[in-house]
Formats: sequence, structure tokens, C-alpha cells
Amino acid sequence: MSFLELKDLRIHFPTDDGLVKSVDGLSFTLERGKTLGIVGESGSGKSVTSLGILGLHKGTRARISGEIWLDGEELVGAGVEHVRKLRGKKMAMIFQDPLSAMHPYYTVGNQIIEAYRIHHDVSKKVARKHAIDMLARVGIPQPDRRVDSYPHEFSGGMRQRAMIAMALCCDPELLIADEPTTALDVTVQAQILDLMRDLQRDFNAALIIITHDLGVVAELSDDILVMYGGKCIEYGSAEDIFERPEHPYSWGLLGSMPRLDREPTERLLPIQGSPPSLINVPPGCAFHPRCPYADRTAGRSQTEVPELLETHGGHRVRCHLPSDQRRGIWENEIKPNLEAS
Amino acid sequence: MTTEPLLTEPLLSVRGLEKHFPVTAGLLKRQVGAVRAVDGVSFDVVKGETLGLVGESGCGKTTTGRLITRLIEPTGGKIAFEGEDVTHMSQGRMRPLRRDIQMIFQDPYSSLNPRHTVGAIVGAPFRIQGIKTEHGVKKAVQEILELVGLNPEHYNRYPHEFSGGQRQRIGIARTLALKPKLIIADEPVSALDVSIQAQVVNLLEDLQNELDLTYVVIAHDLSVVRHISDRVAVMYLGKIVEMADRKDLYETPMHPYTNALLSAVPIPDPKRRTDRERIRLQGDVPSPLNPPPACRFHTRCWKAQEICRTVEPPLTALAPGHQVACHFPENFAGNPSGNAPSAPADGQEKEPGTASPVS
Repeated sequence: MSFLELKDLRIHFPTDDGLVKSVDGLSFTLERGKTLGIVGESGSGKSVTSLGILGLHKGTRARISGEIWLDGEELVGAGVEHVRKLRGKKMAMIFQDPLSAMHPYYTVGNQIIEAYRIHHDVSKKVARKHAIDMLARVGIPQPDRRVDSYPHEFSGGMRQRAMIAMALCCDPELLIADEPTTALDVTVQAQILDLMRDLQRDFNAALIIITHDLGVVAELSDDILVMYGGKCIEYGSAEDIFERPEHPYSWGLLGSMPRLDREPTERLLPIQGSPPSLINVPPGCAFHPRCPYADRTAGRSQTEVPELLETHGGHRVRCHLPSDQRRGIWENEIKPNLEAS
Repeated sequence: MTTEPLLTEPLLSVRGLEKHFPVTAGLLKRQVGAVRAVDGVSFDVVKGETLGLVGESGCGKTTTGRLITRLIEPTGGKIAFEGEDVTHMSQGRMRPLRRDIQMIFQDPYSSLNPRHTVGAIVGAPFRIQGIKTEHGVKKAVQEILELVGLNPEHYNRYPHEFSGGQRQRIGIARTLALKPKLIIADEPVSALDVSIQAQVVNLLEDLQNELDLTYVVIAHDLSVVRHISDRVAVMYLGKIVEMADRKDLYETPMHPYTNALLSAVPIPDPKRRTDRERIRLQGDVPSPLNPPPACRFHTRCWKAQEICRTVEPPLTALAPGHQVACHFPENFAGNPSGNAPSAPADGQEKEPGTASPVS
């Protein structure tokens, strides 16, 4: 059995305007020491997925179904107290904006010490020593002094390092990073990505990295899951997604993005329209109103939700077009345009 | 600091532009220092071109944009628009010029008044400037809405009824209302989703071709800037450290900072994860309240030597149209500063803790 396994996870929020199906039937597995990148635009359900795994929806109006298996334990049906014990120790999260994720009234050290002492029966002194070690581990200079600083005294990059130290202080086996570098400058982003890569190797944790930035995903991920309208629409190894993507939405993402590693193209090839509202997901394939190939499915894309089917070697795609036709479109119509100078 | 002689009169000419924000302390609000947000910036923008201003947060790129549009008052330097000095022009005299210089803002959520209809928002420039249109303001607004790819029937809708990308189009429509000559776009796509970014980038390019616009695009995303700019200026702590044509800047960057920036951009190609040569800068950008002396980049630079801590490198043209402010530029054979670069003393080269290129 895999270390982390999601089976048909659904997280729906009843609202006055209707049922918001933020996550609608998501399944994947992840092993220790591996990194899964979850990519999607805003409102695709990627952040709700991570909150669901951590059990942070408990006590809200969210309706959750399906199964989350973490190291042989089922979490969807588990009690609030039990999940709380796992959170921090077994699984931890790195949030996007460290300034709002940290408490402004407490020193950085106190926040790490608190997390450590909840899960370990040790004296404050021992916990403080551990907090200093963790700050040193994530590359904060003079950790024995900085441990007594408040979050506002740190720069953005330092704050993100401190948050990573906090997430790692109890040696979690599953680490979820939600847009960990979006708020950072590009040179600092590179430092944090290097740090996360090193730490994952040292701690052998399973890492889920959630982002809209395909560059960040390509740097870190072993496997990539592309989400659209609450569903996984393509899943595969990093090479599958970047070298031979098969879903028109993935093509659209790649065509939308100016790239530094290629000759500049004359024009970007954007996806038409906007991402759907999760209250009002289009019937059939959620992507069909924006899909330039929807007319090749003989109307099925408007009425029938496509299945997530395996095309080869673990590469799964949710699309009505037959696989060989998709590969033909990618090789002959999309790829040459992306590489044209 | 001189710029290359230009064949045509520049539309916008900026010389030695400075903006120092005072920092006060105590009851009497004594000035104890100044944030030197923009500290001697010079560049020209020729009609029809796009100049990209890139840099990390706090480098002064946004302040530069706001100074050009005179949303804030410069501390020193000179801004000339179509040959006319507008640096300290009064509000009253500036107003007619505002038709010609417009701004696109970053956040399409906070830059549109939620209580005004799209018609009122896009029509406001006509009312403020007192411009009469041939078939009425409504018709003019609807034409602009169509131009930016919105449905003219959305005239009476409110901003909340639109998605982020559509809101940015509304902001662009408002900018275009009075047919400006120069548009300052401050992070025009960074708040948008990836697929929407490309739509807006294409729209900006189409509008430029159709309406003969000149852009100054301020952005932190180096790939977006490369895509839309003709020339690019890289800023660091209130100064331009390198300015060149797009191709030169991205293919043969000379300033170490530009090199570091370019190599820090994550490349969406998993195969190149391992074989890429990377320059990893240590630490963060120093505070502009107390910038390092001489070359401001020396605290993070792996090539820094004694001269970098004592003598400020001027922005000089090392190749045609390629200006760099560095004592030891990369991709350059000659000697830029006139000082013979002494061999680095022992222990000065690549100390542990300073940045070094990692392969």
C-alpha cells in the first residue's frame, strides 16, 4: 500500500448560491521521498485538496466523502482529535504567505517551540534548543539570536525559511507546500526551492507542492497532477506532462507561458475564455467551452463527463479524444508552434 | 550619464530621476533618514517601442512608473515628455497632458470602483477631461469595450460581475479612452491566472500595433518582460544596473545581477533540472534605507573586489545600445572601468557564504 492514497475524494461546500464542488472525485497515490506537483488555475480545487488531506475542513460546512489513507490509516472518517494529533507530527503544511500564517505577537522561536512541545513531552529548554537547530538547518544566520525575533523582523525569504523550519520541527512524513514561493522574489524563490529539495532528500518525506507556476513544478516534481474544475484532468510523470502532454488544457497552459529557455515566439497561444465557476461547472467535460478540439468529439464533450483513463505507463488523461488522435495533435499542431521562433 | 544618441526625438526622456521618501521618528517627526527608492535613473523611450523595467521587490520600478505619471513628486532629476519638461509642472498644467500618459494598474480588483458601472468607469476620463465625442460618451465607451474584447452590452454591469481577466480588460479600456501616447503598465498580468495572462499580453501587443502606442512595462516576471519588450532595463536598489535590447540582455547579459536573475528563473523543463548552470545569490536585497556604498550589488556579488566597495561603477555603454554599471562585467572582453582589475587577493575570491556559480 502506498504511503498516501486518495480514493475518490470529494469536498463540496453548500452555499446560498448552490453547491460548490471544489474537489470532485480526486484519486492519487504518493510514496515517501517522492514529490507530487499539483497544478491548476485559481478555483481549480488544488488548495482545498491540501486542506482536506490535513483535515482542516473539519468543523466547517464542507461535505467530504471518499477516502484518504495515510500510512495505513484512514483520515476522512477519523475523529477531529485524532487528526489533530497527526497534524504537525505526521503531516505538515507550508503556506503561501508566511506573514499571515505566523502569529505576529509571538516570537518565531516560541511558535516553533509550541508546535514541538505539543507533540513531544520535553522541557522548554530542550524544545528551544531544537528550535535553534531547525532554524540553523533551514539556513537562518545566527539562529540562537534570531529565535527571539518576531515575524515582522524577518525579511520575506527568512520568514518563509522560518515557516519551513516550523513545518519540519516534528519531522513530518508528509509535507504539503501551498504556493510556497509565490510571494517571493525570483532570487529568493530559487533559494527556497533548493532548500526544499535538500530537506526532502534528508528527511525522506513525501512532498506535495501546489502551484500555478509550471516552472516551479518542473524544478521539483517527480509526478504532476493537473486540476481543472475540481477534477484531475491529466496525471503523469514530469516528463509525460512536459514532453508529451495529452490534454488540450495542458497544451493551453504550455502555450500561454512565455519561456526563457526557448527562442521567443511571435505570439503566445492562450486558452480562450475564463476558468469555470465551481458553482456552475459546465456539463460534460468541464473544459469543453474553452477547448478548441471539442467539436471533434461528436457532441460527447457537452453531455458526457470523460473518464480519467490510462494511456500508457501511468500517464492518465481525462479527454474524449482517442489517445492516438491526441498524440497526433500534440506532435503536429501544438509542439511545432511552441518551438517556433 | 549619457545615453546613446538617438535617431528620433524620444517620446519620454528621464534624466537622473530621484525619489527619496523621508523616514521620520519621534513626536516632532524629525527626519532621521530617507528611503532612496529611486536614485538617479536615466533612460529614453522612443515612440512605438516597449521598454521593460524589471527587478525584485523594493528595487524602485513601481516608484519610477509613478514618477513618470507624476502620481508622486520627484525629489530630483528631470522628466521630459515630447521634449517638454514635466518634472515639476503644476497639477493644472499637467492635467491636459494626462490624456497622453496613462497607467494600467496591477490589481484589477482594487483599481476599479465597485460601485460604478463599467460605463461610468470607462467614461470617467471623458467627463474629467471635458471631452465631447461625436456620438456621445456611451457610444465611444462601447467602441473601446469592443476594442479590448469585451461585450459592449456590458456597459451597465458592475466590476464584480466580471472575472479577473475581464476586469483587467476594463482597466485597459479606461486607459485607452483618451487615446494616450504613452502607457505605463505596472505589473499588468501578475495578478492573473496563467491562461489569462497570455490573453492580456496578446491584447497589449495588438493594441500597440493598432493604436501606435508606446509602453513602459514594469514587471518582475522576466519571461513576460522578454516576450513583450523591445528594450529592457534591470533595476537594483533604485538604480538601473543594465539596459539593452531584449536580445542582447537575455542572450549576453553583462551585469552579474542580471545573470543571477536569469539563472534563478525556474525553467519548465524537467530534463534540464540537473544540467543547468545556476548562480545562486545568498541573502536578500539590502534595505534601500541604508543601501551598500559604491556598487550596491557588491554584498551579494561573487565577483566583488575592493574597487566595488569604494567606487561606484557608472552606467556605460559597453556595446552598441548595451549599458552596464559594473566593474567586472560578464560576457565582455575589454576593461570597462579603466582600472586594471587586480587579481583577487587570497580569501577574497568566493568566500564561503558568498554566492558562487553552481553547476
